[in-house]
Amino acid sequence: MKGDLGRPTQAPAAGAAMADKTFTGNRGLQIEEALLFEIGRSDGSGVDLPEPPDIDQRLGGQARTAALNLAGLSEPETMRHYVRLSQKNYAIDSGIFPLGSCTMKHNPRLNEKIVRMPGYADIHPLQPTSTVEGALALIAELARWLTEMTGMAAVAMSPKAGAHGELCGMLTIVEALAARGESRTDVLVPESAHGTNPATAATVGYRVVDIPARDDGSVDPRAVAERLHGNVAAIMLTNPNTAGYFERDVIEIAEAVHAAGAYFYADGANFNAIVGKARPGDLGVDAMHINLHKTFSTPHGGGGPGAGPVVLSEALAPFAPLPFIRLDDGKPHLVETMAQTQGTSERPFGRMTAFHGQMGMFVRALSYMLSHGADGMRQASEDAVLNANYIRAGLSDLMSLPYGDRPCMHEVLFDDGFLEDSGVSTLDFAKAMIDEGYHPMTMYFPLVVHGAMLIEPTESESKASLDLFVATLRDLVMRVQRKETEGFTSGPRLAPRGRLDETRAARQPRLKWQPPEPFSDAAE
Amino acid sequence: MSTRYTPDHEWVRLDGDTALIGISNYAQEQLGDIVFIELPETGKMLKKGDEFAVVESVKAASEVFAPIAGEVVETNDALTSDPEKVNASAEGDGWFLKLKLSDPGEFESLMDQEAYLAFLETI
Amino acid sequence: MRYLPHSDEDRQAMLARIGVEAIDDLFAEVPVAARLDGLDNIPDGRSELEVERIMSAMARRNVAAGSVPFFLGAGAYRHHIPATVDHVIQRSEFLTSYTPYQPEVAQGTLQYLFEFQTQMANLTAMDVANASMYDGSTATAEAVLMAHRLTRRDRAVLSGSLHPQYRDVVETISKASGKRTTTLPADPTAQEDLLAAIDQDTSCVVVQSPSFYGHLIDLRPIADKAHAVGALLVSVFTEIVALGLVEPPGAQGADIVAGEGQSIGNPLGFGGPYVGLFATRDRFVRQMPGRVAGETVDVKGRRGFVLTLSTREQHIRRDRATSNICTNAGLCALAFTVHMTLLGERGLTRLARLNHAHAVELSDALAAVPGLTVLNDTFFNEFAIRVNGEAAEIVDLLASRGVLAGVPVSRLEPDNPDVRDVIVVAATELTTGDDRRALVSALTEALA
Repeated sequence: MKGDLGRPTQAPAAGAAMADKTFTGNRGLQIEEALLFEIGRSDGSGVDLPEPPDIDQRLGGQARTAALNLAGLSEPETMRHYVRLSQKNYAIDSGIFPLGSCTMKHNPRLNEKIVRMPGYADIHPLQPTSTVEGALALIAELARWLTEMTGMAAVAMSPKAGAHGELCGMLTIVEALAARGESRTDVLVPESAHGTNPATAATVGYRVVDIPARDDGSVDPRAVAERLHGNVAAIMLTNPNTAGYFERDVIEIAEAVHAAGAYFYADGANFNAIVGKARPGDLGVDAMHINLHKTFSTPHGGGGPGAGPVVLSEALAPFAPLPFIRLDDGKPHLVETMAQTQGTSERPFGRMTAFHGQMGMFVRALSYMLSHGADGMRQASEDAVLNANYIRAGLSDLMSLPYGDRPCMHEVLFDDGFLEDSGVSTLDFAKAMIDEGYHPMTMYFPLVVHGAMLIEPTESESKASLDLFVATLRDLVMRVQRKETEGFTSGPRLAPRGRLDETRAARQPRLKWQPPEPFSDAAE
Repeated sequence: MSTRYTPDHEWVRLDGDTALIGISNYAQEQLGDIVFIELPETGKMLKKGDEFAVVESVKAASEVFAPIAGEVVETNDALTSDPEKVNASAEGDGWFLKLKLSDPGEFESLMDQEAYLAFLETI
Repeated sequence: MRYLPHSDEDRQAMLARIGVEAIDDLFAEVPVAARLDGLDNIPDGRSELEVERIMSAMARRNVAAGSVPFFLGAGAYRHHIPATVDHVIQRSEFLTSYTPYQPEVAQGTLQYLFEFQTQMANLTAMDVANASMYDGSTATAEAVLMAHRLTRRDRAVLSGSLHPQYRDVVETISKASGKRTTTLPADPTAQEDLLAAIDQDTSCVVVQSPSFYGHLIDLRPIADKAHAVGALLVSVFTEIVALGLVEPPGAQGADIVAGEGQSIGNPLGFGGPYVGLFATRDRFVRQMPGRVAGETVDVKGRRGFVLTLSTREQHIRRDRATSNICTNAGLCALAFTVHMTLLGERGLTRLARLNHAHAVELSDALAAVPGLTVLNDTFFNEFAIRVNGEAAEIVDLLASRGVLAGVPVSRLEPDNPDVRDVIVVAATELTTGDDRRALVSALTEALA
């Protein structure tokens, strides 16, 4: 054992099968890879830069004196390091990624090609607007598609991700209430909501009031009505909801919310189920963020970047934050300061971010939309729903459906009832899937269901892919039924790592590499 | 010295006009591996029901509410570096803080061990 | 549709297996009144060829920075990106993976985030960094909220050195969460008396260095004053290449560092996506927003990495979370990390020297232009100039002549007459002698 530093420790011989044991710790194509800081050098570099011209420095007294302790690698070493790391990751391109509520669909490479065109990649956000007419036109065009698809009046483009969009939507509501001379105190949030919803409501100072779920997982309009009063600012509702069902009473709920003078915020995380089938605007929604990285397939990139434009109803549109595009006779005009709104009906509540939002994601999303068109996006929603129901049909006799065996939308929710008394938990089941070469579904969410397993296959999966997935899960369930549970509780055994000790990580956080001894001084 | 309990799974051990306070063994079992505990500053006045600490496990964070009113006179700083003491000895070394009680009479209103054990049976 | 695998026969077979006749039977819970037959005003799908043609046409209506002499900075910088960077971030296993919630099959992402955190902590001379945030402006707002939590105070003092849009974001978020801000006037000549604005109820003071106007600000006296009254210093930067040459904020007493990492590995891209950087001291780590990767071991004792300290996050704490932030900027952080790995300490130092040298050459050349004053004694790779005229008009005029001259401050501060004649100008390693001469000649002509 070499301990904490140097190459990761090999598996101890005792308890490990001899077949697993190698000199390097590698197993076939699974290569162990040390940290950059263990293999790099302070004078290592993979770039050749010219010697700077001689000048008199203008750094005042601020010139750096200490070393930076950075590690550098040559180009081939860099490539090998990161390629080896990449090989420890599961990805959509290598298999079904059935994370419920996350929408891991295919990321078309055309969109990557287009976003790298110099006309998009190599333009500065503060160039004179006369030199970025194409960029403004693109944002305006994407906004038009988003408002058409959602049946809404306007869209705030700048939020950088879903949660940022939620914050934007709620701030728009705060501002709209203020313009009416009101400041309300409460926001209604169903128990099944994404955790970001109550976090966002609390961030802007609202008291969060829970709405319990009905027996079928949906929101009961009577439970909403009981909690509605003159101090409720908004309801935050996800539709389709996090259990994978369409909220069938959504119009009744929206009407009650509006009658109370409150606004209807919709979490658009699941919009991908209904594009071309129903429009949030027709359901009474006032504000909804759209995760471009879910519904419109901009890459998740291992956790970002995302993009979360917020579509707004007529009532909320004037309060959208800076910047936005105003159309003058069809010509896009960038509005980025309060001064530009004087003499108009625009009342922006402020600014969510520097510059104009996630332009790189806008380019990819519009490219995705143009490729699909109205017919393709509707077909994508239908196929997403078809695929989720096909999985439900394939597993409903073996796994437990907390809200009954009835059609779901784009994702299907199971609970851990079928694991009861087996000694296998939802977590164990998920880890066994890893050994079968699958990324697990979303676990333990939504919280309203015990041991939740939320499966979202997306429209990108072929029938053959779904058949094998279903067959694999059936086999796993039958293993549990036969009490062959060893592979579950000790899984994953075949992944690059076994289960990791999260308690140790949290008790004594080690959040950066620490040198055994300091690096020597910088080379220059 | 006798120990009393609350329905929120805290324990209170009276010693004169001060009391030692922590979370019950049942509570630590429910939380699982505890990774961090945030304690109040000494000198802080707590009303009954005030939030005074946050207990974090890997997957959850829970607030702890004052079972009884008083002034914080000492906190168990060992928990900052060794939060696992609470898992090992919730009702001993894993105490949270010492309060100088505002109204020692409040103590009598809490459950004794027998009542608490009976209460746990109902959960 | 080329992205959808099913044939119509597949669909029919699957509907039969499900036990329904038509796809709309699966949408039965959508209220009849809201059902759509289709989307009006939106065309049907197109081939890859057609989409590429449409998108290229729109791209051609933009003037690419690389096609003209180009001097814009002000929070976004044009640097060379090694080809390796783009190759690595386009690898499927990075591009198409998710937030690493299943660490056993996400060690690639987790390890590079750990490397990114180490690079960030070392660059800023801070103890600990998170796994990135949306961008510099939102990272700054999060830093202010964190300072409020730590100090249990609610008033932030914002220097006039701060990027105006960063200031606007901080003010928006502060107002929304019921906090106060005291904002000093725009400071193009680095004359402000920040110390006088710091008092007993200040939670933090927010200073940008190099400042929005390019000045290098000595943070030490500000840190000392802040600490003396129990406040924190939030240090902000928009040009991280500067850290190759100037004293890091951690060595000057910063408590929280928030910045923009776009310069390393990420293209201009009209403002996003970028990568927010966030670092702080060990003792504040439990109040740090955002995701963070930590080292641990697996069941066999092998080193591995996990997302840790996650109880601060919204999926667990819901309305008690430290922040509502969910995503980081994973792929942009990867681009940063790969580029920084290629640079190493030697490369970053030389890159910073090149930037500074080109900016000094530009500053010296511009100082000789009649009707123009350089406002900076100190700077890294950008500085402010004052012109005898309306800055925005001059910048527009130069743009029409094929030179992108800089950022007129009035674009961001239209209400402030003191800066209507100020332009922020940047040079990087990509700025050539020909570019410099083109700017000097165009400005000389415009100001004559």
